[in-house]
Amino acid sequence: MEGYDVAVLGAGPAGLAAALAARERGASTLLIEREEKPGGILKQCIHDGFGLIRFGEKLTGPEYAQRYLDMVREADIPLLTSTFASHIEKRDNLFDLTLVNADSGVFHIEAGSLILAGGCRERTAKQVFIHGSRPAGVLTAGAAQYFVNIQGYLPCKRCVVLGSGDIGLIMARRLTLEGAQVLGVYEAKSEPSGLSRNIAQCLNDFGIPLHLSHTVTRVFGSERVEGVEISKVDERMQPIPGTQQRIECDGVILSVGLIPENEPAETLGIALDTATRGPIVDQSGMTLVDGAFSCGNALHVSDLVDYVSESGETAGHAAAAYKPGRERKLVSVEADPQSFLYAVPQRIDAAADNLNSVFYFRSKNTERNARVQLRCKDRVLFEKKYNILRPPEMERVPVNLTGVDLSGGLQWTMQKGTK
Amino acid sequence: MDMICIVCPIGCRITVTEKDGEWIAEGYTCSRGRDFAIREATNPTRSLSSTVRTADPNQPRLPVKTDGEIPLRLIPQVMAQINQVTQRSPVHMGDIILSNVSGTGVNIISTCNMEICKEG
Repeated sequence: MEGYDVAVLGAGPAGLAAALAARERGASTLLIEREEKPGGILKQCIHDGFGLIRFGEKLTGPEYAQRYLDMVREADIPLLTSTFASHIEKRDNLFDLTLVNADSGVFHIEAGSLILAGGCRERTAKQVFIHGSRPAGVLTAGAAQYFVNIQGYLPCKRCVVLGSGDIGLIMARRLTLEGAQVLGVYEAKSEPSGLSRNIAQCLNDFGIPLHLSHTVTRVFGSERVEGVEISKVDERMQPIPGTQQRIECDGVILSVGLIPENEPAETLGIALDTATRGPIVDQSGMTLVDGAFSCGNALHVSDLVDYVSESGETAGHAAAAYKPGRERKLVSVEADPQSFLYAVPQRIDAAADNLNSVFYFRSKNTERNARVQLRCKDRVLFEKKYNILRPPEMERVPVNLTGVDLSGGLQWTMQKGTK
Repeated sequence: MDMICIVCPIGCRITVTEKDGEWIAEGYTCSRGRDFAIREATNPTRSLSSTVRTADPNQPRLPVKTDGEIPLRLIPQVMAQINQVTQRSPVHMGDIILSNVSGTGVNIISTCNMEICKEG
């Protein structure tokens, strides 16, 4: 059976960065990708705005992917495409992967460490409780993006977009550019989920209205969408009776959230964090299963691909250095659930060589003038005053914990509305 | 004039006013934002990304972008020109697909490498 020091599942931006980092540190590395071409979701993200941090340039998705692909090719890292991992097992400190592809059929490889970089998937209509028959024309924004940008099909002529996250806003613009009429973007919350710049360049530029505190409550049509019922909602996002209106359309584009993809993690018994829907990890990206690492959107959904690459790089370096048998000393990192949606990493390995940690967190609500602290009981290890914190805008906080006494664990706290 | 800056993910709210023939911007936090605001008040421009048809049935679309910014009001015209193209030969990232589109001085360039295999 062929063996590698590091096996990376997924060759999107996270996996590519992870494989490159592992190879850089001298580990024999294998990249496994289920699609025909590597690059992950970036292949269909033809708009720009990627790489401002990593490369200091405003690149499109395909261009950002190509930068990493060129580096991976130059580093001579083997890449298996159209290859699916049907089973993963850990046995005697090695990961046994069962792989399937057309060239080799079913075969096994073993790896000293494993990096899960499988990305995330979209929330669907059923998961946001839109009921009715199942007419054609209800698509998630990412699926619509695939049809338009990869296949060249326009999935609807007159549509509504449910959800004001960035993907929905980007697709509102894309569909309009290709000749569809986007009647409006409907958002159940009282604030938009996506970046303000996308409200400006995707909606305002094209005169597409944004309706806050509204949602789609019914979809009409049997073979094909014929219309939707829109209702106003209250602060608890419950429809207000009597506010229903019917809009004629042939498409409903859903942008209602992304969920990390973690079936492989569950197969390995890797513990997940209910707040992120991704694995619990320490500062190196290692999960609670020794030798198994997680990075990118499979770990937690990021707003910027630059952060995805960073988390891949962290996991790659650590996976290359990983040797079984070392006992970790894990302390927990808790984020006050009143103030934070989540913070990653959820553990710090106090016995690790590298205690330079990069944390990412999301505020639970929009807060102005909030003082955020990372504390170890009564000691403040990090403090910053933020003019504004918004749930859709993830914050990055590097903290060097070298030489710091971590007994008692770490806590993220937030004082709101400080002067 | 109120606007949201689109240069970086922060999205500063900027207000631009005219005073004695000069434009004054307030609310920006960097020079790129200030420059954006003045342009936005006088001659708003945008970068544009789209796809063109190819002759390869296995890769039906080639992603493209403008290699600079074009006037916002010319977007429909430029889209119409982009939609007339069928890419029939192999292309490298950065290759010009349409030069000086709609007389803007800006080119439409490929954003990826693509071998074009026509069905035969």
